[in-house]
Amino acid sequence: MEIINSLYNSPFLIISLTLGVYLASTWLYKKIKLGLLHPVLVSVTIIILFLKLTDIPYNTYKKGSYIFDILLDLSVVALGFILFEQINSIKKYLISIFTSVFVGSIIGIISVIGLLKIMDVPEIIISSITPKSVTNPIAIRISEITGGLPPITAIVVIFTGIFGSIIGPYLLKYLKIKSKIAKGLAMGSSAHGIGTARAIEMGAVEGAISGLAIGIMGFFTATLIPFFQWLLS
Amino acid sequence: MIYGLFILSVFYLIGTFISKITGEIIPGSVIGMLVLFLALQLKIINADKLRKTANSLTKNMALFFVPVGVGIMASIHLITDYLSIIILTCIISTLLIITTVALIQQLFEKWK
Repeated sequence: MEIINSLYNSPFLIISLTLGVYLASTWLYKKIKLGLLHPVLVSVTIIILFLKLTDIPYNTYKKGSYIFDILLDLSVVALGFILFEQINSIKKYLISIFTSVFVGSIIGIISVIGLLKIMDVPEIIISSITPKSVTNPIAIRISEITGGLPPITAIVVIFTGIFGSIIGPYLLKYLKIKSKIAKGLAMGSSAHGIGTARAIEMGAVEGAISGLAIGIMGFFTATLIPFFQWLLS
Repeated sequence: MIYGLFILSVFYLIGTFISKITGEIIPGSVIGMLVLFLALQLKIINADKLRKTANSLTKNMALFFVPVGVGIMASIHLITDYLSIIILTCIISTLLIITTVALIQQLFEKWK
């Protein structure tokens, strides 16, 4: 029993679980090629069910999966390399890139505040949802500063990321978007890192632009939200 | 690979330092990404030695979001009252962002 218990609390159980489930989800996704079966969505669902069934507390999972948080931070830094490799192909588009993400950021903020205000949702929840399209660490920081609740923000950021990366490719096709830059920008500014993971699958240019869009979107959203809050108060 | 991890981790530290002294609005990893980009541009860092690590990390980025997603189970109860409104809002807003950003960018490119 003691041996079982020590395995139960081992981070290697959590790491194996996460890697195994992710591998299986990726395999399934490649086999069936259905956007809805996004590996992150499927993995998260299976792991939550597994933890519930085995009574492993979330905190044990959180501690055991710490290595993935470190790898996430390192991979965000690594986007700097991807950007470096692609910079020559995007240099001449810098003005349009900043303009389109700037407008996208405004539309994103206004649509959230507007819809939630009409529905009479409490201010504290509105502040938690508004930074939803920005990468998690920035979004949580914005949420804190503007009076929201970071755990709620974390949920909507992940939801938005998964939704954006599933629907993005279809919507872009429907809108007849041919430009690789436009595709990457749309993925990164709407669905941050999860969208970027999808954009990297589309191609190197899309992936690099998408990584850049995370940073630009984060910067604009962080500066614009306090402005809109002031404007509406 | 070790060289790559070393460089990325040092630039994460540099990014976090800059983030801390500028009020922590932009996270260290994002600043680290921009500083690494500059260092590569200025040829302070050898891009060839970084390629393998950077490519394998970014190609598998989706995996690293799985634990963040599992975190949903710890706080979903906070928003159950407003769940459908919140989901609907996120969906509409996301569709709007994708559409505006992609269309404006494409328009700019055609215009030139």
